[in-house]
Amino acid sequence: MTYVKPMFRHPDAPVNGLGHTRQVYEGGLSTLCAGCGHDSISAAIIDACFELSIEPHRVAKLSGIGCSSKTPAYFLSGSHSFNSVHGRMPSVATGANLANRDLIYIGVSGDGDTASIGLGQFSHVVRRNLNMTYLVENNGCYGLTKGQDSATMDSGSRNKKGDLNQYSPIDLARLAIEIGATFVGRSFSGDKQQLIPLIKAAISHRGFALLDVVSPCVTFNNHADSTKSYEHMRQVNAPMPVDFVPMREEITASYDAGNTCEVCMHDGSVVRLYKHDNDYDIEDRQSALQAAHHYASEGKILTGLLYIERDSEELHDVLDTSRRPLNSMDEKQLCPGSRLLDSINAGLR
Amino acid sequence: MQPKASVNDFVIKFANVNGTGSASANGMFAKAIFRMGIPVSPRNIFPSNIQGMPTWYEVRVSEYGYLGRRGGTDIMVCVNPQSMQRDVAEVDAGGYFIYDSTKPLDLRLVRKDIHYIGIPFTEICLREYTDARQRLLFKNVIYVGALAALLNIDFGILKDLVSEQFKGKEKLITPNVYALELGYQYASSNFDCPVPMHLEPGHSVGKHIGDFENILMDGNTAIALGAVYAGATVAAWYPITPSTSVIDAFDKYCRRLRIDPGTGKKNYAIVQAEDELSAMGMVIGACWNGARAFTATSGPGVSLMSEFLGLAYFAEVPAVLVDVQRAGPSTGMPTRTQQSDVLMAAYASHGDTKHVMLFPGTPAECFSMTLDAFDLAERLQTPVIIMSDLELGMNECMSPPLEFDDERRYDRGKVLDADALDDMTERWGRYLDVDGDGIPYRTYPGAHPSKGSYFTRGSSKDEYAAYTEDGAAYVRNMDRLLKKFETAKSLVPPPKIKQADAETTMGAVFFGTTASPAYEATEILAKEGIHLDTMRIRSFPFNEDVEEFIETHDRVFIIEQNRDGQMRRLMLNETKVHMKDKLVAILEYDGLPITALKIASMIRNYVLGGNITPIHGLETTEDVAS
Ligand SMILES: Cc1ncc(C[n+]2csc(CCOP(=O)(O)OP(=O)(O)O)c2C)c(N)n1
Ligand code: SF4
Ligand SMILES: [Mg+2]
Repeated sequence: MTYVKPMFRHPDAPVNGLGHTRQVYEGGLSTLCAGCGHDSISAAIIDACFELSIEPHRVAKLSGIGCSSKTPAYFLSGSHSFNSVHGRMPSVATGANLANRDLIYIGVSGDGDTASIGLGQFSHVVRRNLNMTYLVENNGCYGLTKGQDSATMDSGSRNKKGDLNQYSPIDLARLAIEIGATFVGRSFSGDKQQLIPLIKAAISHRGFALLDVVSPCVTFNNHADSTKSYEHMRQVNAPMPVDFVPMREEITASYDAGNTCEVCMHDGSVVRLYKHDNDYDIEDRQSALQAAHHYASEGKILTGLLYIERDSEELHDVLDTSRRPLNSMDEKQLCPGSRLLDSINAGLR
Repeated sequence: MQPKASVNDFVIKFANVNGTGSASANGMFAKAIFRMGIPVSPRNIFPSNIQGMPTWYEVRVSEYGYLGRRGGTDIMVCVNPQSMQRDVAEVDAGGYFIYDSTKPLDLRLVRKDIHYIGIPFTEICLREYTDARQRLLFKNVIYVGALAALLNIDFGILKDLVSEQFKGKEKLITPNVYALELGYQYASSNFDCPVPMHLEPGHSVGKHIGDFENILMDGNTAIALGAVYAGATVAAWYPITPSTSVIDAFDKYCRRLRIDPGTGKKNYAIVQAEDELSAMGMVIGACWNGARAFTATSGPGVSLMSEFLGLAYFAEVPAVLVDVQRAGPSTGMPTRTQQSDVLMAAYASHGDTKHVMLFPGTPAECFSMTLDAFDLAERLQTPVIIMSDLELGMNECMSPPLEFDDERRYDRGKVLDADALDDMTERWGRYLDVDGDGIPYRTYPGAHPSKGSYFTRGSSKDEYAAYTEDGAAYVRNMDRLLKKFETAKSLVPPPKIKQADAETTMGAVFFGTTASPAYEATEILAKEGIHLDTMRIRSFPFNEDVEEFIETHDRVFIIEQNRDGQMRRLMLNETKVHMKDKLVAILEYDGLPITALKIASMIRNYVLGGNITPIHGLETTEDVAS
């Protein structure tokens, strides 16, 4: 079966700052199950990149293996993409980023890909503060291998066969905050309003940005006693609304100063967060962990931008690499030549 | 018994305790002989431990230029009471045993057939130094001084070496020269110096060495320099003996040679990864994105990298991997040498996978093959594995100098840039074989605003990089990869073939560090009338020369340092040879470098008796390929 997308385009379709329509940011037709949360996240990525007026070819998409990891085929077809091996996308992204620091790196992974087989690589890419956006499409199960329990499945949740999960879950957002992530957001595939500005903020963040997005698997984990179902998520979601104001755009919306915080990003854009609680400081790790924990203890899931550290050192800062991408250098910059080799030889006699 | 006598031809072994600073004194000893113009090959035989265990340093001096391990010990310098018993037993009859005579020698250690030279090292140190650390360190320098007198080492060269070693720390020069003199004085006033087995300058015709100005360096450093010259900008790695010094040296040279003169920033990136999987992933990511990247590891790391190697093979991403082999399986003997990763590296990963391998034999070749490896990886869009080993990688080896031609340009392979994409009239297919050599054209991410983007994946795809489960498309792709491997045969370094002095139907095949002792063995055998043509394999896949060599000989001895005859198996698998028995395995795998004497004796036994005396109790001729 071949999937062909209709090429028809409405003549009045809106265009972005680059003169591109949203269609330019689309990808191939999805082969995921109808209603899969992952497709909504792909749509949100398309909207975010379109609205940010990103040139598609300046984006590199990376993924591991899983239904979620397939999705880079379904957005930004004008970008290069690397669908690597299960759980190892972080290392491939690291190498790619070291080679060319000028591209925008968007990684897509699943909860199996990140929290089980890839937990090691995930932790280390967080530690290194690689400049990338890392999306986990979190459905509490292994979709592609037919619904086995994943490490993010809540204890007390039941899988489709009815088995109760008695292992304690890994909360990727909290883990990331704990081990030094500089941008951590949580969201829900069903909440476009919050997800799109969060993705924009993550892309604008200089350093490692994790978005842990609950994304129900309609086929294997959307039943009544699952805690990763649409129904359950709608009940427990405690969303903090997020606004993203691109750089140089005037801030117009009015807001209630007490519970709102604004964070000016590295590129001059502004993220505005509407918090439920005045004392929550999203630039403080302890405060962020406490807030997430507090909601969890009440059976709720706090979503929104949970934590941000501005002006951190990303991997290239730490390694002190040249501004100019390493992949653009040639013999002139890289090869010391034969005379120098002669002197090295002389030193070995 | 008469003491052994020879000029510029002996094996001397130092029995030390590791962590006591003996390495630099031993290095100075070998280097001084090298500077006298006498071929020398030092080897560390060390434990997997940081401090307190016995460690040996074996130096072969051979004016013929035989650099492989000879076997046997003519002179033992025993500084380690722990291992004294076995060290005494190891000395060849007529040999010398130099020991610390501060305490009288245990009578049980006295042999009638060797010559004892007692020097009170500890006593001298106690007399001269008050600090415990100094006593330990200078003892090493004192025995080098004593050897200078006993063996006739040019004392001026030793003084030069001390000055070079302590450049920038001039305060240390005088005390070190003084320590050398202490040893020298003691030996020359108490013994007839030099002893009958000694050195003489000017004998250095080394017939295997040639006329060039040799260097003394380890293979790992040569590989690191190769990577610098090849333009590698990303190195990712995970520490493991014996490969760690590849990255250490790369780091050292990059700090010197790769700092951007304008900005002071680094034109390279080195990342110590969390494991070898990650190291390989980083290399693949960087190469995919148009940088030259590499990693260095040993067997356990290659095991972990297998899945990624398969991805790079199938998705056609260049990568350079240095495997400095050590004795396996599993943790095996981590500080001992072997050539036992051949089969794993050739076929690393599941599914039908094959990898290009290079087998350097000297530091000069480590350097040149690393240059080649990056070109080949990008030309062929596939991983290239440099197969070194501990013996070559971690020991100072005498070698022709490193050579670089300033006209040489990096071969970046078939890459379409923005202009090329704009100029294209036909549709570009990432996996389309346009030129008939199996090698498609690739693009770098971000190269063109609207053309050339594609989806890289480890799953099956068609010529245009679209996912497919169509069997015919899958087969077309797999067959093209095979064609590409065929193309590789014409690009990789060919074998070195040498004809015997007399007509013969027998040949010997070897590679890497087996070459030196194997050449020596063939000369020993030639004197006995057993003549062998030789072929030193330098790469995989095997080209026609390899096929022809096997074809034109009735018996071919495959000499290698592993239990299972891995190169032999690979040849049975990958050449047209159909007579299994024609290839005879000559194997050594005790973790110490194979010696010329053992090779010669195994081949001699086979030729004379039609069989091989098994060295380690296992049948080695029968059916190792099954
Ligand atoms: C080394 C390896 N082991 C196992 C698999 C099989 N496998 C493919 S996808 C997957 C789980 C994916 O789960 P997740 O990352 O949560 O993605 P989802 O399908 O749920 O979006 C597994 C185990 C594999 N591809 N590779
Ligand atoms: S199996 Fe689940 S995760 Fe996979 S596509 Fe279907 S709904 Fe989505
Ligand atoms: Mg999942």
